[in-house]
Amino acid sequence: MSTYSLPPKQPKSTSKKVKRILILLAVAAIYIWTFLGIEIDWGRAFERMANNFDRVVPKLFNPDWTATSEVALKIWETVLIAFAGSLMAAILAVPLGFLAAQNMTRSKILTAVGKWILSAVRAFPDIILAILFVVAVGPNAFAGVLAIAIGSTGMLGKLYSEVIEAIDMKVIEAMEANGANKIQILFYGVMPQIIPEFLSYAIYRFEVDIRASSILGIVGAGGIGTMIIFASSNRNWNEMGLILLAIIIVVTIIDFLSARIRRKIV
Amino acid sequence: MTKQTKPEALRKTPSIYPTKTKLQITIIFFVVLGFYLFSMVWTQREMVGGFGDALGNMYTVIEKFFPPNLEVIPKVWEAMAQTIQMAVIATTLAAILTVPLALLSAQNITTFKPLYLFTRTLLNTLRTIPDLVLAVIFVGLFGVGLLPGILALFIFSLGILAKLISETIEAVDMNPLEAMRASGGNIFQVIYFGLIPQVLPQFTSFVLYVFEINIRASVVLGLVGAGGIGLVLDQQLGFYNYPNAMAIIILIFIVVIVIEFISNKLREALI
Amino acid sequence: MIEFKDVGLIYPNGTEGLKNINVTINDGEFVVIVGLSGAGKSTLIRSINRLVTPTSGSLSVDNENILDYRGSDLRKLRTKIGMIFQNYNLVNRTNVLKNVLAGRLGHTGTLRSILNLYKKEDIGLAYESLQRVNIGEKIYNRADELSGGQQQRVSIARVLTQQPKYILADEPVASLDPPTSHQVMTYLKKINKEHNITTIVNLHFIDMAMEYADRIIGMRAGEIVFDGPASNVTEKTFEEIYGRAIREDDLRGGAKES
Repeated sequence: MSTYSLPPKQPKSTSKKVKRILILLAVAAIYIWTFLGIEIDWGRAFERMANNFDRVVPKLFNPDWTATSEVALKIWETVLIAFAGSLMAAILAVPLGFLAAQNMTRSKILTAVGKWILSAVRAFPDIILAILFVVAVGPNAFAGVLAIAIGSTGMLGKLYSEVIEAIDMKVIEAMEANGANKIQILFYGVMPQIIPEFLSYAIYRFEVDIRASSILGIVGAGGIGTMIIFASSNRNWNEMGLILLAIIIVVTIIDFLSARIRRKIV
Repeated sequence: MTKQTKPEALRKTPSIYPTKTKLQITIIFFVVLGFYLFSMVWTQREMVGGFGDALGNMYTVIEKFFPPNLEVIPKVWEAMAQTIQMAVIATTLAAILTVPLALLSAQNITTFKPLYLFTRTLLNTLRTIPDLVLAVIFVGLFGVGLLPGILALFIFSLGILAKLISETIEAVDMNPLEAMRASGGNIFQVIYFGLIPQVLPQFTSFVLYVFEINIRASVVLGLVGAGGIGLVLDQQLGFYNYPNAMAIIILIFIVVIVIEFISNKLREALI
Repeated sequence: MIEFKDVGLIYPNGTEGLKNINVTINDGEFVVIVGLSGAGKSTLIRSINRLVTPTSGSLSVDNENILDYRGSDLRKLRTKIGMIFQNYNLVNRTNVLKNVLAGRLGHTGTLRSILNLYKKEDIGLAYESLQRVNIGEKIYNRADELSGGQQQRVSIARVLTQQPKYILADEPVASLDPPTSHQVMTYLKKINKEHNITTIVNLHFIDMAMEYADRIIGMRAGEIVFDGPASNVTEKTFEEIYGRAIREDDLRGGAKES
């Protein structure tokens, strides 16, 4: 049975091989660096866990209902922060999205500038922005709104620019051929193609922002996070249980609604 | 709003919208606007001096943060390294554990409905909990240190990753899998030869994406005592040492950008 | 030998897929099953390798009732029955050689296959199979780089690599153009004759069925309504099987004028 002729060996370019080896080496180096560098005192951690387990975990599942009204108020504030912030971002991101879209500006430099601004904004974690705004406008919910607004602009602007780059340019060409001016093309050629996706992304971002705004209070920017930080420093795990429950419920509801609305739009 | 059956090009006919749609859109617009104004008023009600003052303040703040004290960077480098290492470990663990979870929560692979529903619900619930809240709880359990940070990131990214990957699995072409079953392959062989080649590129891409998220998240976990650069940043802010804080923020900014750049290049090379 | 005795199949949603099937297929035959779509052709051949399971009667392959097979028995059965699909069912992102080697999965241990440690003979066999369908030069191309006809030839090579006793082909030419369809059918026929592999093909093109089959089985609404040698079949027979007049689209065309 072994009289078959073997197939010729697969020709592989050396540059591809080198590339692959380099990537492998880099990944290996990262892991070695990580495992040599990280120090965890396992003994102490587990000793603490053994001591704390009973004081924390059962209480999380036994929420402190007396705090309900306060938690409800703060969760409401969280929703408001996320809403105001993502709406601001949804609007701020439009000009940036157009700026970063190659087919709209038709200029390599402008596109690069737009893309750079957007990725620079995205590189700041929301909570760092919140720290800056808390210092600027004081420890209140509005600092949270600003942090969410700026933080979301980076991501939305990028998504918007991708939507714009994917539109059907033939329509625009046809309108140009008809003698339509730039504003007319924008309103009749570009807008109808992008609005459903823009809305869908903005609503999706609201989903993300609900999660984000629920932690901003940790640095003083309002919302339920304020209670998280108090509950954790007071070791009030019953209250933490209620907060956790409230977050899970609100996020689930908003995810559900947002998914339904988005399905309707696109 | 637009009928999906219409081809792209026809959608743009500048139609006069029916009155009902017009009315609906107007109502939605005003509801959104009203809610927005309400949010703005509500969130600013505790603000002393209102919006005008805030703008003035902004200038003073920028002054306070500048110039950043870059000399602090060598001293905080170790904490930054810890942050990255936390993200590496958490992402790796999540990438491994996500495989069984993603398979179990993919409808086309796990045909036993109760099991699929259970994993789905578990993952959905997991994803609603913000990373920092997980960190707060783990810090409460294990005490201040890197371990609670790693665990928080791991659980947080597991939720995202398993969802993304199970959706990819649900979108694969099932035909080759049927062919392998028909030629006598067992379940492992069917998954390995029929499924994995189809999802591997997206898998790597999603893992890298989650790694980027984790880098950003691990920066802030330190704020609640979960180790890394966030802890140092929190201390500096606590001492009102804004030039030092700004230097740390700039460092974080650069590290995030560099890692995103590398991760993008890797993704391009792999796909 | 494949023997259907009073086989019936009712799908979970209540549809009756097969009704009272009694048929014997002898070794080495080239059988074409014809019928309209939804007539049960696909269900019939998928019963043979148990991709679907009949709910009544008995079905034996090589004198063993296969209906209660599970686990390793079932996989053993499937290794001796190769299958060709309408949509080729190749892994698009994987190269041709690996796709063809997938035909050896049933003969290879899990660990060995996962570590890509195919035996030398298996690789040689895969290569030879590819050469038999004249596509040996494409082994390292990705499957999705090939045309439909080439992909179907790769899937024939995959089946050959499996070294099956039976080949089932479920509408193998429905997605192909007429010349390629004839090419694929010619390969199937050649393999049937040279290796003496019993071959069962589902087709809905009348002219192709008459041209390639030794024996034709006609199905309508889950039942066998005709069974006889291809030489006995006329257009009238088809009109009876289909329950209507023959139309243009029942013919593939492009028959061997060359």
